[in-house]
Amino acid sequence: MIPEIGEFALIIALFLSAVLALVPMYGAATVNELWMSYAKPLAKGQFLFMLISFICLGYAFSQDDFSVIYVAQHSNSQMPIQFKLSAIWGGHEGSLLLWAFILSGWTLAVSLFSRSLPLDMLARVLSVMGIIATGFISFLLVTSSPFLRYLPSFPEDGADLNPLLQDFGLIVHPPMLYMGYVGFSVAFSFAIAALLSGRLDTAWARWSRSWTNIAWAFLGLGITLGSWWAYYELGWGGWWFWDPVENASLMPWLVGTALVHSLAATEKRGVFKSWTLLLAIFAFSLSLLGTFLVRSGVLTSVHAFASDPERGFFILMLLAITMGGSLTLYAFKAPNVKSESNFSWLSREVLLLVNNVFLTVMAVTVLLGTLYPLLIDALGAGKISVGPPYFNAVFVPIMGTMAVAMGISVAVRWRETSTKVVIDKLWLPAAISILCGLIFPFFYGSGFDFRVFIGISVSLWVISTVITEFIGKFRNAQSFSIKLKQLPFSYYGMMLAHIGVAVTAIGITLVSTYSEERDIRMAKGDSVELAGYQFIFQGTHVVKGPNYVADQATIEVLESGTFVVTLHPEKRRYNVKRNMMTEADIDAGLFRDLYVALGEPLNNGEAWAVRVHYKPYVRWLWLGGILMALGGLLTVADKRYRQSKAEPEDAYV
Amino acid sequence: MLKIKVLIGFILLLSSFLLSAAIDVYQFDDPEKEGRFQKLAFELRCPKCQNQNIADSNAEIAKDLRTKIQQMLIADKSDMEIVDYMVERYGDFVLYEPRVKPQTYLLWYGPALFLVLGLIIIILIIRSRNKTYQQINENESSLSDSESEALHALLKTNQEKK
Amino acid sequence: MSRLLLFIPLLLFFVLAAFLWKGLSIDPRELPSALLDKPFPEFSLSPLREPEQIVTTKDFIGQPVLVNVWATWCPSCRQEHEQLLAISQSGEIPIIGLNYKDERELALNWLQQLGNPYQFNIYDVDGMLGLDLGVYGAPETYLLDAQGIIRYRHVGVLTAQAWQDLKVIIKGWDSVKN
Repeated sequence: MIPEIGEFALIIALFLSAVLALVPMYGAATVNELWMSYAKPLAKGQFLFMLISFICLGYAFSQDDFSVIYVAQHSNSQMPIQFKLSAIWGGHEGSLLLWAFILSGWTLAVSLFSRSLPLDMLARVLSVMGIIATGFISFLLVTSSPFLRYLPSFPEDGADLNPLLQDFGLIVHPPMLYMGYVGFSVAFSFAIAALLSGRLDTAWARWSRSWTNIAWAFLGLGITLGSWWAYYELGWGGWWFWDPVENASLMPWLVGTALVHSLAATEKRGVFKSWTLLLAIFAFSLSLLGTFLVRSGVLTSVHAFASDPERGFFILMLLAITMGGSLTLYAFKAPNVKSESNFSWLSREVLLLVNNVFLTVMAVTVLLGTLYPLLIDALGAGKISVGPPYFNAVFVPIMGTMAVAMGISVAVRWRETSTKVVIDKLWLPAAISILCGLIFPFFYGSGFDFRVFIGISVSLWVISTVITEFIGKFRNAQSFSIKLKQLPFSYYGMMLAHIGVAVTAIGITLVSTYSEERDIRMAKGDSVELAGYQFIFQGTHVVKGPNYVADQATIEVLESGTFVVTLHPEKRRYNVKRNMMTEADIDAGLFRDLYVALGEPLNNGEAWAVRVHYKPYVRWLWLGGILMALGGLLTVADKRYRQSKAEPEDAYV
Repeated sequence: MLKIKVLIGFILLLSSFLLSAAIDVYQFDDPEKEGRFQKLAFELRCPKCQNQNIADSNAEIAKDLRTKIQQMLIADKSDMEIVDYMVERYGDFVLYEPRVKPQTYLLWYGPALFLVLGLIIIILIIRSRNKTYQQINENESSLSDSESEALHALLKTNQEKK
Repeated sequence: MSRLLLFIPLLLFFVLAAFLWKGLSIDPRELPSALLDKPFPEFSLSPLREPEQIVTTKDFIGQPVLVNVWATWCPSCRQEHEQLLAISQSGEIPIIGLNYKDERELALNWLQQLGNPYQFNIYDVDGMLGLDLGVYGAPETYLLDAQGIIRYRHVGVLTAQAWQDLKVIIKGWDSVKN
């Protein structure tokens, strides 16, 4: 009964979103206030029924209702409850339901936090979101309903969830990521609403900004969590594989980053309106493209869902309608007038443009690399692969150059800044970061290393320019604490995010240069040296988990004779699918991780293949990601976005 | 008819046969060769797997290829020879770093081209903008101070109303 | 003029969508053989039945043949076995087996139980001929012409449909000859 209620709620939600897509939009076009005012209640109703549907699926999982096909395929009675519940989004159908549910959540949020929005704008924004919801809910109902049943007979127990997914990572990563993907639909809807109404003033940019920043922060957090999850769960010690599915999340993030900056310029200075609109359209379109790539089977990925051309076709249609429609609207209605404001060659406007060019080129590069095998294949020119060596070779120089521009940009004001002022501000940070970059590889590694020099220098450059600029704010201030409070949140957000970029860059540089790794055969009592640590293998014993049995090794780690930690990597065999899984054990630290994974038993269990990693500064990757996301969220706390008062003069990005 | 679907992996995850990371022990007399082994195994794609290099995959074919690389390294073959050997048998597909040839020019030179193009566009935009702005300033008298103050106040009250 | 520039994103999207559309009908996992139109690699291995003898390419060059890569550990090989038997009974083309990374004992039992469609089997215990041939997983079936040149590779179960496709190619050769 309950699954049928879920399905029925989904049908009602589809109906409500279809009405939401049409009525307020028509009301806005014909200036009919009553019709426009239907937008809010419809948004609430849609959310309510999506919630019911979502809870129904959750209930089916929690009650082990294996008559539901989706539940039977993705759960098992032995699974702990938290994994049963997160198995809701453990497969294609349920994760799509999560997608649609989060979309209805964003729609509700826009309808609740929009008191400053004129009615026609709100009506149009919610209507556009209703159009997207209509597309996705029909996709769910037509090709991918998670509520279908095995009838009349159904399996006694479920087929179990892929053991890799039975992990904390599944609980947090997909919801965060989807919050980001779907969150860009708000920026998209604002852009479409603005194009439709022709009201492309700075107010539009201001409304759009906080939504964009939140979505961007969630997406960044989602990507960070995913990278961390892959690192500890896969047992390879890798944190980014340039897999199509990962690239699919990186592209909207890169375009979103460009959008966050471009919106700032549009809001503060009324410039680059057409460009900002285009980025808003593309950020969401790339989210949709990612959905297509992951679920259609056009690319091979380690993480792909079961693919199905019918689903691929449906998403391609959704993509064609959304992108084709919005870009056609854009082509006809995008503002073509030159903005009235002026800026010189050395101004924040120009540097933001440079930043946008770099970010866009990065996103295009990821797109090109991801789709190139498909392009070549479609042209009948054979099968090729594009992988990490390509992306690293192309990405790293672009990122490094952009970091240089990042440092300059914080020292430059809107409109115009004299070259002398900029040089005065920047020569010291430049000197310090180059010097530190030169010294670092000698002090930390065994000798000069060009990559480390560049990586450390540009990272320190980004950090030191931000700090110099921050200190400069206090030069003429009467009181430190008053000035501290006067600076807007958005300024702190910018600082945090920029420092986050640098922290991640330091992590990438050091972990990819100074990592050490060995695969060795270890019997009881054997030991191995790695990066000054001694790993002593003390044998294995069998442990039982809720739904698996594992061989657990005990490995003691010493550093120059003193005890550091005991690690317990496991080799698990899950009861239902009988598949083996490597569960690595990690001693995490701010400056280094010690990572041990257990391979196959050798000589009938006398010895084991063991992989030992030393990963310096690997935590900095994710620490930086968290800082960026926090920075993004902090800007939203800015008073300007909650009240409609005039802006403080120091207001930054 | 309900087909039993292929096991479904999730974002950042693998399908079932890839569950355990490949950890094998390859002995080399020379640490330099061990380093080359790792690099080669990371840059060659397992032909059978979803999207994995032959270092990480524990598919049969990946193991065979690792063993072959080890044998060739011990036999003092160069990296070039080993890569050529693989391409001869499995095609360009095994290369994670595609070779530079006419079909991949766009892939390899595209990003640089786009970057230059983007920067040229910026320069053009700034130039034309500054020109138009000067024209506007010359042709139309800009608002006087009092006028702009009035405008500002008007905008402000308008904003507060919303 | 500049209004036209605003159509560029739309155009780019159409190009992209066309490729994605095409992509839906391509299987990215299907690899063409790198040895297509190249001679079958040289080898010197023992046949499955006679461990002390040696077979080489000379033992089958001279007429078109199918080379079928199989193993007892491969479930799909069992699926295509019926089809292979049917082909061998029709007498249209001889089939050479390449027993890939298998155990002699098990393989012989398999042939005894399920029937033997093969003219003879090459026993490739360490998979090195398989490697030279670019095999990435059994079953695979190669079509060789009379000169021992690889003309076609089929990956996966050799279905009735796949056999029809192969027959078309073989018929083409015959008509050229005549």
